[in-house]
Order: sequence, then structure tokens, then C-alpha cells
Amino acid sequence: MNCCFRDLFAELNNFIINLQLIAPTTSSSDGTSIHGMTVFILACFVGYYVVWKVTPALHAPLMSVTNAISSVIIVGAILATSQNIYVFSRVCGFFAIVLASVNIFGGFIVTHRMLDMFRRNR
Amino acid sequence: MLVDVLYLIAAVCFIFALKGLSSPKSAFYGNCCGIAGIVLACAATYISLDISSIAFTLVAIAIGAGIGIYIAGNVSMMALPQLVAGFHSLVGLAAVLVAFAAYCAPGLFSIVGIHGICKSSLIEMGLGSAIGAVTFSGAVVAFLKLEGLYRGTAIPVFVNAVLLSLVLCLLTYFVATQSTIAFVILTLFSFIFGVTLIAPIGGADMPVIVSMLNSYSGWAASGIGFTLHSDLLIITGAIVGTSGAILSYIMCKSMNRSLLNVILASGQSGFDQESTDSLSKSFKNGSAEDIAFLLKNAESVIIVPGYGMATSQAQHALKEMSDILKKEGIEVRYAIHPVAGRMPGHMNVLLAEANVPYEDVCELDKINRDFASCDVAYVIGANDVTNPAAKHNPSSSIYGMQILEVEKAKTIVFLKRSMGTGYAGVDNELFYAQNTMMLLGDAKKTTEEVIKALQETV
Repeated sequence: MNCCFRDLFAELNNFIINLQLIAPTTSSSDGTSIHGMTVFILACFVGYYVVWKVTPALHAPLMSVTNAISSVIIVGAILATSQNIYVFSRVCGFFAIVLASVNIFGGFIVTHRMLDMFRRNR
Repeated sequence: MLVDVLYLIAAVCFIFALKGLSSPKSAFYGNCCGIAGIVLACAATYISLDISSIAFTLVAIAIGAGIGIYIAGNVSMMALPQLVAGFHSLVGLAAVLVAFAAYCAPGLFSIVGIHGICKSSLIEMGLGSAIGAVTFSGAVVAFLKLEGLYRGTAIPVFVNAVLLSLVLCLLTYFVATQSTIAFVILTLFSFIFGVTLIAPIGGADMPVIVSMLNSYSGWAASGIGFTLHSDLLIITGAIVGTSGAILSYIMCKSMNRSLLNVILASGQSGFDQESTDSLSKSFKNGSAEDIAFLLKNAESVIIVPGYGMATSQAQHALKEMSDILKKEGIEVRYAIHPVAGRMPGHMNVLLAEANVPYEDVCELDKINRDFASCDVAYVIGANDVTNPAAKHNPSSSIYGMQILEVEKAKTIVFLKRSMGTGYAGVDNELFYAQNTMMLLGDAKKTTEEVIKALQETV
């Protein structure tokens, strides 16, 4: 795991160097991009440590719960429907909300069913 | 300000949802945290919306909720891998739709610069849409394969290479010109790329693919998060992405392969020369009575479940059998290989469904040395994960894979549907070993026969 961590670090380092190379060519919203990158990379580290702690027996619920929370994309879909004048984005948003909420409800219920079985057996 | 604070709390909730999974006891609260997170995120978004829009979105949520509740409530635990693959495809498609919505109405997400949409937003939008499209079509193909509706097609590697470079060129062109046509074609080619990427991959590699798609769905969400300047989406996407990546890594490692090898070496299954002469070898065909006798006189039994247990739904029969044996004072444990089944943790869920105690189920590292001291290894529908060829035959396609060392047990019982090879197309020499007994037929039925024989003699 230590070795794997070192590889990850080396890759991150390369990535940041590359980022600095392309930074001058990207336009006005540089500040927000770097902010987003910071958040993204730190979140990757959080995910890395949290997920390695998950017990292998619960890898199936892990998949279904990550699947459910990745539907937080519903936030973007809701925003897309917020103005009447943009008809096309409203339609897109509507369908995106339907898909994401199938995922949210389905994902959490399936995870709950699985965890219930594990809990019952303790 | 309030909205941002709520988003932050939601992100923390999601982290706790995953943290809870470190033990079955806390996992339940973790799931509740996850639900709280998503409710908070939606509520925070609604603050900035007017009433008519809220009503409009609630209709969409109600439709989705109905479908989701119906599917999740009725699905059997055997079909879990298909279900998860199907759900991944939905996240992918949602990402594509949101990317298109953002492209058509950039004002909504405040991403307009001096010359149209900001360049950085275009990159993120293009990437989000492309990854989303690959996730969608890839997950649909994976779903069809897991469901058994589609067997797969061999696709030369260069097709994928060409498609990938086309997608990258289109992405560059789209960012440079902000052309609508380029965006549409980019998405279309990404859809095709998803299909050609997953179509050639064999059944045994599906656990890796399902978790790889899990990872992609996270990266797609992150890409959209960059476009919308939403830290919540970026954080959630990154966590989901790393989670899927780690799961793929764990499984690739236990197969001693790289992810690239899984994707590229799809056509090589069944090239092992030894498998051709399997018909000429003789094996011992045991009866249910013989095996019941063996089990009853054992002190320690290790059950090794594989995909065969899932297809025949034999977990309840197994539980019944181990209960009888335990009453006789025999130690019964279960050994789970990381790639057993069609998704990570699949076997654990099925055993939990049959009320097998959590403590009886052991991972590969923990139980492998105990095979030497066990009397009977009861292998049910697992072939490749027990094949010693992985240790000593460099020409075998599974060489280097970690295996459960059932060959060290005094007696091995193999429950199989037929004498056919496993999904890797490699014959298992253990079938023909002196201390092996084969019990051919549907694993559930044969296990029930063993139970009957046990009950008669006890």
C-alpha cells in the first residue's frame, strides 16, 4: 500500500506540473478552476483513505451506496429546470432528474436491504 | 451563504456514509447519513428556486422515485450486479443531459465569459459529457452481459484506439470553437466508444468492469461539478471515483493483472492448450451419500462459494447443511475470494441473505493457511479461484492469480453443473486429483440431496 501511495503521489505531482503549463492558456475563470482542482484533489485523498477502511465483506453495499450518492448530480439537473425561458435545458433537466431520482431511491433502498441482512446476522 | 453551508454539510454526510461501511454495525447509520446528505443537497438547491419550478421538479422526482422503489424492492440479491450496472448507466446519462442543459443555457450556471462560454467550462463540460456517455453505454453493455442477453463480440484493440483519439480530437475542437455539432458528435462517439470498450470483455472480468464503471460515474459527476462550480458535486464525484478505482485495483491485484490488461487482453480466454485433452482424463464421481459420510466424519469443513452458488441460489441450502454439521460439533467456515461472483462482495451479500453469521465468512488472506488443517473443502460453483495452475503453470491465462488453496485440504468436493471449464476457459487439474470428488448437477439440488443423506444418517 505504501508503494501504491508513492505512485499516486508521483502522478499527482506530474498532474499539477501539467496544470501549471496549461494554466496561462485558459481564460478568465482561472481562479475558480484552481479552486475546483484543489477541492477535487483533496476530496480524492479523503476518498482514498475512507475507502481503504471499508471491510471487504461490505464491498457490494459500498458500490450501491456510492452509486446512490453520485446521483447528487440531481442538483445540477434541478438548476437546469429553474428558468422557463430555456425550454431545451428544462426538458434535459427534467429527464436528468427522473434518472437521478431512480438512482437515489433505488440505490439507497438496495443498500438498506443489504445492510439489513448483515445487521440481522450479528 | 446558507446554501453553501448546507452543501458543505451534505458533502460531510456523504463521507460519513462511506466511513460507516468500515463495520456492519455502523454501516446502517452510514446509509442514513447518505440519505440525509442527498435530502440536504436537494433542499439547499430549492432555496433559490421559485414555486412553479419546484412543482415541476417534484413531478420528475416522483416519477423517478416510483420506478426506483419498484425496482429496488423487487430485485433478487442474485441480480445485484446487473442492478448496479444498470444504475451506473443512469448516472452517466444524467451527466450527459446536465452537460447539454448547461451548454444550451450557460446563463443559468453563470459560466458565460466575454466570448461565449468560458474555455475552462467548455473543457469540463466536454469531459463530463464524454465520460458520462462512456459510462452510460458501457454500463448498458455490462448490464446486458450480466443479464445473459448478450454474449460479447471480439473487437480489435485498434478500433478502440481510433475511437479514443477521435473523441480527444473532437473534445479539443469543441473547446476551441464551441461548436454545437462538435459537442453532439463528441457525445455520440463517446457512446460508441463505451460499447466497443466493454463488448469484448469476458464474464470473469465483469467484477472489475462494474467497479470501473462505478468509478467513471463518479468522474462524470465531478466533471459536471467543475462546470457548475459546485464543490459538492466535485467532492462527491471524487470520492465515488476513487472508491470505484480502489475496488478495481483490489480485484486486478488479486488476479495479478493490470486494469489495462483486463481491458486489452479480452480475447485471450481459452487459449490454454491443456484444456483440450480434459475429456480423456478420469475423475471420481461421488454420490450425495458419500459426501454426507465425508462431511459427518470431518472435524473442520471450509465451504468455497463461487458464481455457481449465485446462479443456483444454493446459499439457503448451504446454510441448512452447515447448521446440521455445526450441531454435530463440526467447524464450518466460508472462504471468499475477492473476485468470486460478478461484483465485489457479491458472495458476502448472498450468504448474509441466508443468515450465515458474519464471523463464519472469511477473506482469502485470513483463511488460506487453514486449508491444510481442514478435512473437507466444499467448493460450490467456483473453478478459476481454486485452480492451482495459477501457481505453477506460467502458460495458463490465470497464472499469478491469488487462489484459495483448496488443494491442501484432505478431501475436496467440487459441486459443478458439468465438467466444463470455468469462465477463464481453463481446466482445473484438481478435478482429476486422487482426493477429489465431483458432484455434478445443479448446486442447490445436489446440496439438498447431501442434506437429506445427512439427516438420514445423523
